Amino acid sequence: MKGVLTPRRVVTAAFVIGLALLPLYVSLTGDRFALTLFTRIIILALAAVSLNLILGYGGMMSFGHAAYLGIGGYAVGILAHEGIGSGFIQWPVALATSGLFALVIGALSLRTRGVYFIMITLAFAQMAYYIVAGLARYGGDDGLTIYKRSEFAGLINLSNKTQFYYLCLALLFAMLYLVWRIVNSRFGMVIQGARLNDTRMRAIGFPTYRYKLTCFVIAGMMGGLAGALIANHTDFVSPAMMFWTRSGDLIVMVVLGGMGSLFGPVFGAVALLVLEEVLSGVTEYWQIILGPLLLLVVLFARGGIDGLLRSLDARLGRG
Amino acid sequence: MAEALLQIGGLSKRFGGIIASDAITLEVPRGELHAIIGPNGAGKTTLIAQLSGQLTSDAGRVRFAGEDITELPMYQRSILGLARSFQITSLFLEFTALDNVALAVQSHAGHSFRFWRNARYERELIEPARAALRRVGLEARADWCASALSHGEHRQLELAMALASSPRMLLLDEPMAGMGPEESARMVKLLRELKGELTILLIEHDMEAVFALADRITVLVYGRVIASGRPEEIRANQQVRDAYLGEQEVAA
Repeated sequence: MKGVLTPRRVVTAAFVIGLALLPLYVSLTGDRFALTLFTRIIILALAAVSLNLILGYGGMMSFGHAAYLGIGGYAVGILAHEGIGSGFIQWPVALATSGLFALVIGALSLRTRGVYFIMITLAFAQMAYYIVAGLARYGGDDGLTIYKRSEFAGLINLSNKTQFYYLCLALLFAMLYLVWRIVNSRFGMVIQGARLNDTRMRAIGFPTYRYKLTCFVIAGMMGGLAGALIANHTDFVSPAMMFWTRSGDLIVMVVLGGMGSLFGPVFGAVALLVLEEVLSGVTEYWQIILGPLLLLVVLFARGGIDGLLRSLDARLGRG
Repeated sequence: MAEALLQIGGLSKRFGGIIASDAITLEVPRGELHAIIGPNGAGKTTLIAQLSGQLTSDAGRVRFAGEDITELPMYQRSILGLARSFQITSLFLEFTALDNVALAVQSHAGHSFRFWRNARYERELIEPARAALRRVGLEARADWCASALSHGEHRQLELAMALASSPRMLLLDEPMAGMGPEESARMVKLLRELKGELTILLIEHDMEAVFALADRITVLVYGRVIASGRPEEIRANQQVRDAYLGEQEVAA
């Protein structure tokens, strides 16, 4: 019987329920650290979901996605520093600046392909990194401490860890829903078609460039949202959050979880960051273990974790 | 006399020292099936690429339906109704056959900045796509992943995609390449049906098919038109026989 309860669905549901119930576990055990860790995981999962939109669905191998985290974060940090504490101002500014940055980078980089595209996105992100590091007024290299989290007129208190956790989780689910709608819409079909065969798309009458650019901007704004969350989570922004290795981490999350799968980046973010946490507790040289592990996934599990679950589904469906 | 649908005047393209198309001039009137033949490397595919806008031309003009389209990008030519099929199958292999054709329908159904509704449930995309698949005899394969289809079916799907964009003219680059005799026969039958409705520029190596279908034939050798005329004129042309047909021993 082809059940409704395929392994993939069970695992996905378990992730969703587990994340939703985590604060309950925390209140029972008093494990405050788990709440902090998972808030961070959820925010980075949100960033990975936004990267997946362009990388997984659109085939745009951006190597500068952490820049949006940084820009969104600094928008909040700088406004807070200047005495503008309202989230109703900070967050729209975070979205607008990261979207604008994506528009500029995308407009230039999307004219190139392959390695050049990767290099240009990387170069722009590094440029943003050095610009921010040069902002002496806002801490330069040392970063900027945020003394007060974004205020939402008493609607929600971001300093309350549980409330903040649920806000992040709700935004993650909202963005997953948004991506799901987008990729199945006419727009999404164009984006995916352009990944599979750009020349053919243009031959049948699609000006693919403007669709890809729009997609790039949407993903950039989602990245900026994740940045605004990170800034509130750590009460601190620094250039380090947009260093190129952070962009690499996001790519690893997407690839590990499954490119072009809706929940893949969430699996990837949870898997990578939990592993990092566990392994770094065991040994100082945890990367020596993590590296080969990632290599195995890339070599033997095309489609990442979600791909594995998918093939498990297929095998059980036939059996 | 009405203006020809497609007018090509002095069209040229060079790749370094090689002249791929050398001042090609020809006209295709509405409703005609015009075949282009020539030995390998004669510049047939280059010509199609120039006409579809994939390659920019070094000299010459192309007019389509009374408009000068020489400078237009590929997608705008497609919107005007100039549809192209590819010699080397060029599909969206991870999509289903139906998705492939539905995308071709979508490309001519207004802009695609529509982010919310599920495109796979939109009847105005799916129904014309199914009709195009039916037309080429691929209806039963609609939900198959394109990568799972046979070579011949890929060629049929290519044609369905070209048809789905409701074109005024088809540019077909070797639609029968690599097909078995049975598939070829089916394609010839289909092209014959399409002939009255659409204007077609056909590149094909299968001489039997070309002489059975074409209203006019142009012979290209080294990028140059060496003859152009009705099939019987081409068959009788000594220069063509020497350059090309002789080696192939075309049955008269």
